[in-house]
Amino acid sequence: MSSTPDIAPGRLPADTIATNFGDINPPFNRFEAKVASERCLFCYDAPCVTACPTGIDIPLFVRQIMADNPIGAAKTIFRENILGGMCARVCPTETLCEEACVRNAAEGKAVEIGQLQRYATDTFMAKGLTFGKRAAPTGKSVAVVGAGPAGLACAHRLALLGHEVTLYDARDKAGGLNEFGIAAYKATDGFAAKEVAFILGVGGIKLALGKRLGADITLADLKRDYDAVFLGLGLGGVNELGIEDSLDGVENAVEYIADLRQASDLTSLPVGRKIVVIGGGMTAIDIASQTRRLGAEDVTIVYRRGQERMNASDYEQQLAQTDGVLIRTWAKPKRVIGADGKLSGIEFEGTREVDGKLVGTGDTYTLACDQLFRAIGQSFLADTLGASGIALTGGRIEVDAERKTSVAGIWAGGDCVYGGEDLTVAAVADGREAAISIDRALRA
Amino acid sequence: MADLSVNFCGIKAPNPFWLASAPPTDKAYNVVRAYREGWGGVVWKTLGEDGPPVVNVSGPRYGAIHAQDRRVFGFNNIELITDRPLELNLNEIKQVKRDWPDRALVVSLMVPCTEDAWKAILARVEETDADGIELNFGCPHGMSERGMGAAVGQVPEYVEMVTRWCKQYSRMPVIVKLTPNVSDIRAPAAAAKRGGADAVSLINTINSLMGVDIETMTPKPATGGFATHGGYCGPAVRPIALNMVSEIARSPATHGLPMSGIGGIETWKDAMEYIALGCGTVQVCTAAMVYGFKIVKEMISGLEDYMDRKGYEHVSDMVGLAVPKMTDWQNLNLDYVVKAKIDQDSCIKCGRCHIACEDTSHQAISTMKDGERYFEVRDEDCVGCNLCAVVCPVEGCITLDPLPEGTVDPRSGFEVKGHRTWLEHPNNPMAQSPRGPAGAYHGTKHVEKQVEPAE
Repeated sequence: MSSTPDIAPGRLPADTIATNFGDINPPFNRFEAKVASERCLFCYDAPCVTACPTGIDIPLFVRQIMADNPIGAAKTIFRENILGGMCARVCPTETLCEEACVRNAAEGKAVEIGQLQRYATDTFMAKGLTFGKRAAPTGKSVAVVGAGPAGLACAHRLALLGHEVTLYDARDKAGGLNEFGIAAYKATDGFAAKEVAFILGVGGIKLALGKRLGADITLADLKRDYDAVFLGLGLGGVNELGIEDSLDGVENAVEYIADLRQASDLTSLPVGRKIVVIGGGMTAIDIASQTRRLGAEDVTIVYRRGQERMNASDYEQQLAQTDGVLIRTWAKPKRVIGADGKLSGIEFEGTREVDGKLVGTGDTYTLACDQLFRAIGQSFLADTLGASGIALTGGRIEVDAERKTSVAGIWAGGDCVYGGEDLTVAAVADGREAAISIDRALRA
Repeated sequence: MADLSVNFCGIKAPNPFWLASAPPTDKAYNVVRAYREGWGGVVWKTLGEDGPPVVNVSGPRYGAIHAQDRRVFGFNNIELITDRPLELNLNEIKQVKRDWPDRALVVSLMVPCTEDAWKAILARVEETDADGIELNFGCPHGMSERGMGAAVGQVPEYVEMVTRWCKQYSRMPVIVKLTPNVSDIRAPAAAAKRGGADAVSLINTINSLMGVDIETMTPKPATGGFATHGGYCGPAVRPIALNMVSEIARSPATHGLPMSGIGGIETWKDAMEYIALGCGTVQVCTAAMVYGFKIVKEMISGLEDYMDRKGYEHVSDMVGLAVPKMTDWQNLNLDYVVKAKIDQDSCIKCGRCHIACEDTSHQAISTMKDGERYFEVRDEDCVGCNLCAVVCPVEGCITLDPLPEGTVDPRSGFEVKGHRTWLEHPNNPMAQSPRGPAGAYHGTKHVEKQVEPAE
């Protein structure tokens, strides 16, 4: 076991890193799109539409692609989901629309809906078009807090409906998780920023960046200054491992990923030689795969239960394994090992389930590592809400079917609300539904 | 072991797969390549009269209808007859026949509609020792504007007259190639027979316009900004050709006249369908032009295996076996009842059967069972039309099962029994001896659908 953590930039040549962080799913060309489109059966009451949180009319847009009308196809998509471009890249389609595709029953291979959606939306956006025409001004103004998927979707729909929107975000750049959280190879070429520009192109949305709720702005101010407020705050906190782990080399996965996404030169980003990731969700997969692709030699995900219980989809798990990530299961961190404040390894204890409860087995093993990433989930920072009186459930904001919070005039959506799916596409659906509800309220 | 060899109106060939008169048979180079791959015969691309050859456009000669994956379903051409000198073609024909004596070599001809013109060319062809001639009365474009091709084929009297000249001035078997661009294919076929034709071949291409470039408002394919109609062929025309073949096979005036089937043949199965409807040989062009000559290997092996499986020794044993099963609509049994049945194990629940039936037909397929997506036929509404089976993406999932005699059709309420055609049906005012249903009435469960009120 090395006594000095080996964390260094430039483990791989620049061209290898460029390849590793290139588009993981290269887009379809016109021919591929046409061939794929023909496999769609144009189902009656199509199961894929039901499976899509935003309810995109998938058979219709696929048929529009088949009929050489990708612009029309994109309009069909954007009508329900203005972030259709990003969702085409990051949606776990294998557990949503493509899982529902009847072609699975027929031949075990779904229509490639995600790629077709990307073909249509990319074609549309490449032409520099904007979607939608704003309704007559209502004279109403809405504050949307959080410029992630939920906030962007909400802001766009509100703008379309004729309202004036101010879109706040704590960071200096809009996009939320699309910009700071998604694995780099899923949204290449600055797509998140391009999509934000595309959405703002509709007009009527004023960006207010670097404004953190609870610090630079308060909910009380917003309630006073606007006719309605939408909260798309995301999850600001990172869950702790539950052990003393304050050593150099122990980091939050989401923060490292954010740095990675914003790095202008990935060869300058330090990365460990041996890495351990603790968690079982998408963040765990993303940090593991991306550090491998940066050149980490030995990356292990350790998850406390069985692989089938991991939140990351089978596809994502296989992606990591193909990248050379080792997934170990049924173990929980016991203590970090280090000297002089620097990490050198971590000890795990085996786990098993007894009557649905996880218990330690008493067996232990140790993994040497230079970097340890916490990826066991994120939490909502409720104190940003101040004394607003907004009711919470399970530590997140409680909303009704219209995404109304318990406080009149305040709506919420995305990861910060309780009962959600923690998916980009679900956040978009929240934002859109809230906008429709806000519009109804403001016109009443 | 099946014997694929044929003797088609005196022309012998090792198999019934011939290349049609078309670009693939324009010259010795192509024909020899075809023979090498195994084609049983060729019909040499149409020769015209001696003198300056015809001139083809140098713009596109072909157009097509594609599936999304670029599979060619329909094909058209505006190419004319051979644009090579007559002497050159004749010399090549003679040499090729000498080198490949076991293969059929038929020469397609088209000259102006005068006795002298035909007499002159027949003598020249005879010198080549070709096995026979095919009279091109079918070409629908270009040549027809000059009084040849389809312009002859559309007038039965001309067909008969020219056929007679050819039989009079030649020892060779005469095959008359028919144009489908007529209202009743039986008329030119009968005319060919009256004129002494040894066989007919059909179909030639169908008048066609492949599409319009809607960006430039120019029909396709266009030469220098202008388009003209062409001749349509490929898989899309096969049902049209099969029907025409069956009509000639069934017509008393032409029954038994040897036929060479042409139109959209891509595989041995397609060929076998033509044979079953009375064709002694088949001719192929589009599939060869799309895939190359090697396709004949699949055709040969497929037909051999089929014959071995079914116990047929000779191709001639199979010719016309399906013809007795073709009849007029008025002879169909109106007391025969089928109901669609969806095999739930292979159903993939796409719902196409439902929406097709619901929107456009008889509202006989339900969509839910116990709150789950489940497609099931309601026998009381099903008329057995087959639309659901046609649109179902899973082969064999939906079948049309006959109701056994003695069971009650819940749609009509009558016991399934008897055999009445329209000729005996009481609803037919012209019926000679009308009969009511043989089965007893048990009451119907069928309810006429109510129209949803407009909103």
